[in-house]
Amino acid sequence: MAKLTIDGIEVEVPDGSTVIQACEAAGVEIPRFCYHERLSIAGNCRMCLVEIEKMPPKPVASCGQPVADGMVVHTDTEMVRRGRRGVMEFLLINHPLDCPICDQGGECDLQDEAVSYGRDYSRYTEDKRSVAQPDWGPLVKTTMTRCIHCTRCVRFITEVAGVAELGATFRGENMEIGTYVQKALSSELSANIIDLCPVGALTSKPYAFVARPWELRKTDSVDVLDALGSSIRVDARGAEVLRILPRLNDEINEEWLGDKSRFAMDGLKRRRLDRPWLRENGKLRPASWEEAFTAIAARMKAAAPEKIGALAGDLADVESMLALKEFMAALGSANIDCRTDGAVFDTSRRAFYLFNTTIAGIEEADALLIIGSNPRHEAPVLNARLRKRWLAGGFQAGLIGPARELTYKYEHLGEGPEAIQALLDGRHGFAEILKAAKKPMLILGAGALARPDGAAIHAAAWRLAAQFNMLNAGWHGFNLLHHAAARAGALDLGFLPGAGGLDAKAMLGGGAEVLWLLGVDVPAVRDIPAGSFVIYQGHHGDVGAARADVILPGAAYTEKDGTYVNTEGRVQEGYIAVKPPGEAREDWRILRAVSAWLGHALPYDTLEELRAHLQAHYPVFAAGFRRFAGTDAAGPAGAGALGTEPFAPVFANYYQTDVISRASPTMAACVAAHSPALAEAAE
Amino acid sequence: MSSIQADPTSFAFTDENMDLVKKAIAKYPEGRQMSAVKTLLDIAQRQMAAQTGSAWLPRAAMDKVAEILGVAPIRVYEMATFYTMYNLRPVGKYHLQVCTTTPCWLRGSDDIVAACKKAAGVADFGETSADGLFTLREVECLGACVNAPILQINDDYYEDLDASRVEGLLGDLKAGKPPPPAGSLGGRTSTAPASGQTTLLSAPGSAE
Repeated sequence: MAKLTIDGIEVEVPDGSTVIQACEAAGVEIPRFCYHERLSIAGNCRMCLVEIEKMPPKPVASCGQPVADGMVVHTDTEMVRRGRRGVMEFLLINHPLDCPICDQGGECDLQDEAVSYGRDYSRYTEDKRSVAQPDWGPLVKTTMTRCIHCTRCVRFITEVAGVAELGATFRGENMEIGTYVQKALSSELSANIIDLCPVGALTSKPYAFVARPWELRKTDSVDVLDALGSSIRVDARGAEVLRILPRLNDEINEEWLGDKSRFAMDGLKRRRLDRPWLRENGKLRPASWEEAFTAIAARMKAAAPEKIGALAGDLADVESMLALKEFMAALGSANIDCRTDGAVFDTSRRAFYLFNTTIAGIEEADALLIIGSNPRHEAPVLNARLRKRWLAGGFQAGLIGPARELTYKYEHLGEGPEAIQALLDGRHGFAEILKAAKKPMLILGAGALARPDGAAIHAAAWRLAAQFNMLNAGWHGFNLLHHAAARAGALDLGFLPGAGGLDAKAMLGGGAEVLWLLGVDVPAVRDIPAGSFVIYQGHHGDVGAARADVILPGAAYTEKDGTYVNTEGRVQEGYIAVKPPGEAREDWRILRAVSAWLGHALPYDTLEELRAHLQAHYPVFAAGFRRFAGTDAAGPAGAGALGTEPFAPVFANYYQTDVISRASPTMAACVAAHSPALAEAAE
Repeated sequence: MSSIQADPTSFAFTDENMDLVKKAIAKYPEGRQMSAVKTLLDIAQRQMAAQTGSAWLPRAAMDKVAEILGVAPIRVYEMATFYTMYNLRPVGKYHLQVCTTTPCWLRGSDDIVAACKKAAGVADFGETSADGLFTLREVECLGACVNAPILQINDDYYEDLDASRVEGLLGDLKAGKPPPPAGSLGGRTSTAPASGQTTLLSAPGSAE
């Protein structure tokens, strides 16, 4: 530890810190453009100048200056101010005066610092530098004349995203930040460079010229487009969600967000179900809530309870699933299921279906085995964390499943479950690596369980964890990586068939005469036999709505207060940012209303009552988050032999995986830019 | 400046050059292969000169270098675009690089530029003559100011130039004659004073 005095404030910081970090510890703000705490130090903007006593009498760039014990730092002397003013004047030499038409206006670091350190006029009369505008794909808009060459984007894409496509080419006045070869950025995290850019050089293409930051209503929420539950901020104006930004959360997403989670939100305005619909003579017609409820009541009363079923989809919030579960229980039906992908495995203990290591815990691991998952597509932010761990060194990874570029080195152990068996038998060299590791972890993709031998794979993976010391008092290395935001919450609720109840496959196969789909849009919905009466409750006109006999318009995740449980088992609440469109309502209210219509009114009238009920009956929602220890090594039940079929990718592409992203024109443009073959096939 | 000819679509080092490449990489410790990037680019550019008569780096060559070094192509593009000795576009058989920095300029580099343009038949810097023999480029200090003005033709410096010497030199090249030995065309040895020796005129130890 080193003791420093910053403007008279004494602080103690670890050795190896830099002066800017010490200043932050002292609560002194230092202006900066190139320095970013999660990226390597470049030291090229020179804005963070400070004065340090007993050093040569000149300003020092604090971001790159290591601390020393006894340093005395001044951050607001005449020399510092003059130095920063000089730097600012140089930065502004080539920066255009286009703030009024720049999307960064109002949230621009350069603009803000210019208020403190800028001159009121320019002494520069020569020609300004001008640069061609490269095309970096459908998400990032470039205006490179505004670039101040801080290289934050280059460092992010190289270090965090792990897809080295950006660089600084040419030199001196001709230096340009770019891809050199014209191409769209291929990283799933590419849009984070928009947030990182301290000026308006990189802005959001879909959000271009849409709004000013001070016009927006900002609501904290939780991302549902993958199962991480990344912290987001929803920016809305009027009834429209205009953009989604990540919030700082070191436990989950640090400050990053996947491109889909950020940009699929324009799908919230398209293909929306904004009123109830009723199928008559094979055709859907607009209906009133009363008509819809009457039709549902008629069919439900006519059907035997064991012929009524309900399925919960990938985006459902905990409240609506609880209401649906209790509604079905009130009707006397045990036919409920959330595993719409057909993954049947032992979920009797939470540890069996959660990411027990936790996302932040990845940084403690020293070996990794991935089974049947592509974290880069299923959870790009988590993949960035894995890469971060790999970059730190002493971390060996192995993959069972289709080989693909993951942004870190791994050993490919095999395509299918036979590789799991080989590891169990110690027949593969990677077994030695796992054996030698102190904190090995394995990530089992939820997609690897959606197959006939899913339960056996689940059990075999747990056996691997037990055999290779992943389960002990201080460490839990068994992880299930979900890709559906609703799944962990649904499993916590026990949204599973009761005694004698039908599972998802049986219900979709015609086992239920009346089938309630809460946002279920899996392809199997298309094949529900004509005899089943399908009620679709959801927010987008997709597969489910196309098959439905009655459509009840629900609310998307930005339009309701909802609880979600992420793949780690972390219970999080998102808040309502805008009202649902038209006659659409919050989902739990719809279920409450239907239950009353059928004479089985659910015992809660407000969200608060519902949540109190939830916490009373499911203590896990009140307990708060804690990491598991892997002390209970007893494995899940998983009879049957491992199959020989290789693991298949869960998603054909990263960008279109759910109803919201399928409705999004931006995501469609991404597919067209990155996998033209897929885009053509879709047309 | 950001667009380059993508032609040719593939590039491979010849066996002899591959040996040089391996030698260059072997100079650096394991994991630091990237340090050899400039040498490899130079070998590639010389191979292009030998094979096509034009010393330049097509994208395919840079990609090949990236592949050999196991780095992202952009890391190699950054290198190749930073240094002016790598030509990102085809150049003529003789790459004429005229220094116009202050000492050369004071010694008449404007005349050299004009003579080059006239003799090579190009209108401006960056152009290649119609016969593909000459490409004219303006460069910053070549570091031989003592013999200014300087014209660099491919790897060789020609020094103490004036317009007639340049025209003669380029005329010879055009006629297919071998270029004269590099160095001063003004008759002096190396960087000895142009007006003859001014010091050490007597034997060491003698009175004067």
